[in-house]
Amino acid sequence: MPYALAGGVLALSFGVLAREAGFSALGAMVMSAIVFAGSAQFAAISIIAAGGGVGAAIGAAALMNSRFLPMGIALAPSLPGSAMSRAAQGQTVVDASWALANQGDGRFDRFHLFGASAVQYVTWLSGTAIGAFGGDALGDPRDLGLDAIFPAFFLALLLGELRDGRARGVALAGALIALALVPITPPGVPVLAASAATLVGLKRRHARQAGQRA
Amino acid sequence: MSGELWVLFAGCALVTFVIKAAGPVALGGRDLPPRLNGVIALMAPALLAALVVTQALADGERLHVGADTAGVAARCSWRSASRSS
Repeated sequence: MPYALAGGVLALSFGVLAREAGFSALGAMVMSAIVFAGSAQFAAISIIAAGGGVGAAIGAAALMNSRFLPMGIALAPSLPGSAMSRAAQGQTVVDASWALANQGDGRFDRFHLFGASAVQYVTWLSGTAIGAFGGDALGDPRDLGLDAIFPAFFLALLLGELRDGRARGVALAGALIALALVPITPPGVPVLAASAATLVGLKRRHARQAGQRA
Repeated sequence: MSGELWVLFAGCALVTFVIKAAGPVALGGRDLPPRLNGVIALMAPALLAALVVTQALADGERLHVGADTAGVAARCSWRSASRSS
């Protein structure tokens, strides 16, 4: 599970940076344990490290996590149980496990999701601990370039999704929306906005019905 | 460690919880209209494509080319090479 190991290395980096931002080692671990959302944690501590306020840091974390909103909507039909139970199951979503659990056509294997997230939770916490307690000796592990694993991993999963022309068009539109927004919106917004490309899915049914009638 | 940082942790944990719970609570546990399923089926390509380009090309609010861009380019060329062979 290379993505989980890469996640551990990123967590190590988070532990180091959190100490530099003035967090205690315990504080860094508590944050990783209860937030468990890498990009949001990095966004929040970078604002604190730059002298920003707690409100701004929480706002940045919320924007960074906003992509979990469309991911959660996509996952919803695959999660059974009461509202409380679905809320709890929804907490297990992280990018990599969501992508791995995706079975295509909008279905998700929830046990695959839970399993993949559990592995990542362990590497995320242990990486944070190593970075927070032993960080000074390690330098910044991001210099190794291991974070390059993530886009390559998501690309591999994306290629499996491009089954038809519509999926390819939506992927291209999503990529273009995200790229166009990077320079002009706060981090996190581009990926959220890319989900707007899926609204073309509303139209498809009309076209097909029209085709059947004809 | 100041009390402010614990407010930060609690705040981040709370917003993350609410964002992750919203979709499953609002839309889970029942059949959705077929048109909404059409949208949901397209979430994976749209979001994965956005994750790929932002992680490979964005650094905060800047676009840049770095080691991760090279990794994605290598993956693309490996894929197209293995397809053509």
